[in-house]
Amino acid sequence: MIRVVLPPHLRGLAHVTGEVQVDITGPVTQRSVVDAIEASYPMLRGTIRDHVTQQRRPFLRFFACEEDLSHESIDTPLPEAVVSGKEPLLIVGAIAGG
Amino acid sequence: MSGVRLLVGTRKGAFVLTSDGKREKWDVSGPHFAGWEVYHVKGSPADPNRLYASQTSGWFGQIIQRSDDGGKTWTQPGTPPGERTTPEGTPKAESNKFQYDTSAETGKPLTTHQFYDGTQYPWEFKRVWHVEPSLSDPDTVYAGVEDAALFRSTDGGKNWKELSGLRGHGTGPKWQPGAGGMCLHTVLLDPSNPQRIFVAISAAGAFRSDDAGETWKPINRGLKSQYIPSPEAEVGHCVHRIAMHPSKPGVLFMQKHWDVMRSDNAGDSWHEVSGNLPTDFGFPIDVHAHEPETVYVVPIKSDSEHFPPDGKLRVYRSRTGGNEWEALTKGLPQRDCYVNVLRDAMAVDSLDKCGVYFGTTGGQVYGSADAGDTWAPIVRDLPAVLSVEVQTLP
Repeated sequence: MIRVVLPPHLRGLAHVTGEVQVDITGPVTQRSVVDAIEASYPMLRGTIRDHVTQQRRPFLRFFACEEDLSHESIDTPLPEAVVSGKEPLLIVGAIAGG
Repeated sequence: MSGVRLLVGTRKGAFVLTSDGKREKWDVSGPHFAGWEVYHVKGSPADPNRLYASQTSGWFGQIIQRSDDGGKTWTQPGTPPGERTTPEGTPKAESNKFQYDTSAETGKPLTTHQFYDGTQYPWEFKRVWHVEPSLSDPDTVYAGVEDAALFRSTDGGKNWKELSGLRGHGTGPKWQPGAGGMCLHTVLLDPSNPQRIFVAISAAGAFRSDDAGETWKPINRGLKSQYIPSPEAEVGHCVHRIAMHPSKPGVLFMQKHWDVMRSDNAGDSWHEVSGNLPTDFGFPIDVHAHEPETVYVVPIKSDSEHFPPDGKLRVYRSRTGGNEWEALTKGLPQRDCYVNVLRDAMAVDSLDKCGVYFGTTGGQVYGSADAGDTWAPIVRDLPAVLSVEVQTLP
């Protein structure tokens, strides 16, 4: 079970509070986690990554275990602590402005 | 008793303001979609309880919301709230997906456009500026988007398809962004001819389709824009808004960046009707519900100030289809007012007397229940208002 913390705007859209959890079979990567989130919460399609290009939205970043993973390959395995459910993957909106 | 429902989009959410036919006391509901920019909310003429809203964010992209109960509850079409599915069973409909048509069959190749510096840029979807429900079918709705293009949904907003003949008709490489981006902000549907659609784009100009959106042509003859290299060019004009009266759909009124214009032949040619306006710059323009020759604008000081001249918020009304304008000031601030009124932030109801409404970047929504003779604030302290629409309810 992979734990994910969404930014507040997206929690509102998905009608959830707190963390969300997704099951993933196979490698746990940024791509597979976002795939699983979009499958469980279809209203979030297009909000984390662009519908067409599949690129991460520029004002969103991915963190885990106090590391910025935003610029890692989306197919790089996530840290073991995320895979085991010990730590969440944080999807964070840029703070400036708004 | 009849009533009205105002649909207000703001920088930080949507609000629904309702009143009875007297239009003296108002109920305010909202914010809906708090914290998001709501560029536009509009109801279906065929079903007043069917509303469409454009909810957008520089962080999280574009969301289309739909209400089937007059704004009490909202859903994303195709993705009901709380719906969870497995990867094998996700809904096929993706209500928020606006994908430009690049197919070889229809795409004619959908080109590039000019950037501010004159270089060519590919189209890149940013947001929906305007939603325009069909006059006859609640499930059909048009979306004017940035970068400028027109999309249509025929299933209540679940799926969207570009009407690519607009971008592909040939002048696309000459279009360029206005200060607010390269947006398709106006969609007018001709009530007498279902095949005829008008759109306006900043900064490209006005365009017309006579075959329900399949093919398009520029309709900018007569426009003169001193700030572009060829002032009378076929395209490149920063049209801010166009309006029509449903009983005379061949007569169009335009608030251009500078100049208030009129066409009596469905846009084939235009002539200036700015007349005695204190400044002919502005954003919104609208037509009285019962008097096709009565037109409203809000003159704004420009190029860069974008606030009312002399700090006086004045709506100007022409009862002669332009050229002769009178200032409407009663109830509006006549000193120290430096708000703007954006292009989609004015609307008229169809009660008798005609109600006129507009919202400001200062968060006020003003209403007049007597065709503009007197005004009163309905709300004073909303977030900056992006759009105002009104529904006249039975």
